[in-house]
Amino acid sequence: MDAFTTPLLAGTATGALLLIAALGLALTFGQMGVINMAHGEFLMAGAYTTYLTQQVVTNTDLSIIVALPAAFLVAGALGLLLEVAIIQWMYRRPLDTLLVTVGVSLLLQQLAKDVFGAQGDPVHTPGWLDGNIDVFGYHWPYRQMFTILLAVGALAALGALLKQTSYGRRIRATVQNRDLAETVGVSTRVVDRVTFFVGSGLAGVGGVAVSLISGTNPNLGTTYIISAFLVVVAGGLGQLQGTVIAAFAVGIVTAFLTDWFNSSMAQVLTFALVVIFLQIRPQGLFTVRTRGLA
Amino acid sequence: MFESRARHAMGIVLALTAALGLSACGGSKSGEESAAESCVDTSGDTVKLGFLNSTSGAMAISEQTVRDSLVMAAEEINASGGILGKKIEPVLEDGASDPAIFAEKIEKLLTGDCVAAAFGGWTSASRKAMLPVVEAGNGLLFYPVQYEGLEASKNIYYTGATTNQQIIPAMDFLQSQGVKTLFLAGSDYVFPRTANKIIKQYAAELGIEIVGEEYVPLDDDDWTTQVAKIVAAKPDFVFNTINGSSNVGFIKAYYEQGLTAETTPIISVSIAEEEAPAMGKDVTGQYAAWNYFQSVPSPANETFIEAFQARYGADRPTSDPMEAAYASLYLYKALVEKADSFDVGEINAAADGVSFDAPEGTVTIDGDNHHIAKTGLIGQINADNQFDVVWSSEEPIEPDPFLEGYAWWDPSAQ
Repeated sequence: MDAFTTPLLAGTATGALLLIAALGLALTFGQMGVINMAHGEFLMAGAYTTYLTQQVVTNTDLSIIVALPAAFLVAGALGLLLEVAIIQWMYRRPLDTLLVTVGVSLLLQQLAKDVFGAQGDPVHTPGWLDGNIDVFGYHWPYRQMFTILLAVGALAALGALLKQTSYGRRIRATVQNRDLAETVGVSTRVVDRVTFFVGSGLAGVGGVAVSLISGTNPNLGTTYIISAFLVVVAGGLGQLQGTVIAAFAVGIVTAFLTDWFNSSMAQVLTFALVVIFLQIRPQGLFTVRTRGLA
Repeated sequence: MFESRARHAMGIVLALTAALGLSACGGSKSGEESAAESCVDTSGDTVKLGFLNSTSGAMAISEQTVRDSLVMAAEEINASGGILGKKIEPVLEDGASDPAIFAEKIEKLLTGDCVAAAFGGWTSASRKAMLPVVEAGNGLLFYPVQYEGLEASKNIYYTGATTNQQIIPAMDFLQSQGVKTLFLAGSDYVFPRTANKIIKQYAAELGIEIVGEEYVPLDDDDWTTQVAKIVAAKPDFVFNTINGSSNVGFIKAYYEQGLTAETTPIISVSIAEEEAPAMGKDVTGQYAAWNYFQSVPSPANETFIEAFQARYGADRPTSDPMEAAYASLYLYKALVEKADSFDVGEINAAADGVSFDAPEGTVTIDGDNHHIAKTGLIGQINADNQFDVVWSSEEPIEPDPFLEGYAWWDPSAQ
């Protein structure tokens, strides 16, 4: 039984992590067409925020709770800074944003190395997350359950923002038809900034979950960025349900392939499967029907 | 619009993936040009030596420590009169954690700066990239890190351990502990794969059963699924050949799923004094196999630690590769002084038996394979993240990079 439960549960947790990382990308890539390669470094910023929080709030049971909003704000602020300083000058030039944000990503990695040292810093797991329950032979760590809850929480919060608030309506209007939204008085500039802040902040929250897996290190973001992009592209742009399904699918399939073969082979096969899938459905799982002329 | 963007994005993502993948196995320059006339000039009162370590990129954390101890050794040697009366003039280069750059920089050091010898490299990929260049230019390279063996170049001196000085002593230790079942966990590249091949063959000889073997790529930190297999297999011991930050993910997953040093201890070959405190878990009671620990009680080690901490800060630990790098510069000095020449051919002719009282103990060069005899040590991590030596080989182990003295070794077997 554990040959089935282990990859299923572990894969769901990996999928949850991918989902948190991909939600922000789905927003910025889907809405603004910005390919933000520095998104992984916002995960890293979230991880380092967790580390720093643990230096200030020495009670580890509490510090992880403090770290969640702190990481959201730190990564969100970095995202906002990136948008205001660089990206706002390159909308509708996706290739340029790609090159520039790769540069920003390297810059942030080196900055982390200079500030924190190239050696990773330890992040301590709080007592209430340090343990596991036996599910048909798999000692399912509480940390993985926490990651899944975090992803569900982030998704619910984002869903509420998009569906229930006026900002959300403006965001959706901008995604569906930017010109028309502007015509009816939506300030797409403000909308873009809010989106970038929220999207980057979510990556920061993901960084808290990542830090519980591997501590911090300056290259932490590079591990997740490619998979997160795959999830967004496979899920389809501008629709969150596609991202959700794709994230869990990639996580669970990778876990089963890892169990059957090994990690290296699983990565290769997962990429291959996504490529084949995109040959069949180039637009991804879901797509927004738009009347835009572009 | 969305459709074309999706295609576009996919192409970009794939291109990036390919680029990232390819850079990891970037090839080396083949040293095509014939052995040039040596341009090394030692007629003045200085001798140029190249220190080639990664001070940027993923390996910087480790290689910077090697650079620090090389610089300190050069300062010490200069303060006591230099080599054959000539002061060392270090030429510092950054290998940038990229084998191709190592190859490029070693060529620059040998033919541009005309250094008498170069010191550095860490990953096996960086050494393999430098090897043809050093051989083509008939230069000298001192490589300070334990590695997977199966190599011996007349232009390289290996001052870290080869497998019969680290992996095989670790297995002897496990047998002395009555271990019957062993699980192998490693990063997916040449060192762990080769080490595990040796471990499996020796385990068969010792009657230890291998109950699992798992690899995760170097840049991947999630060990959850693999650790679940360790939990299921219930081995007596785990042999850990994971390298770099992936160790943190492994250790966290291991404790998270309820494994402990009491039930399923780990023996590691890449966790030293620098790494132990960075795990985010209390790793007290776990083991590591090296040839030097900061806790080694010798007068030479006391002097070394005191000098290092005075130079770089009292909180800096000392570790095996740092010590091997420190010893490499002193061994070079001893080689040159015995040969009474900076010429590579004369140094090699004089190499056999040259020794140095290193912090780890006396080390002696084997003139045939250019490795050095070293004592195998097993340490157990204590509450201060230092290692208590719990096992040691009876005497320094003669280097045997090709394992010719081990009848059970069959390089062609899988």
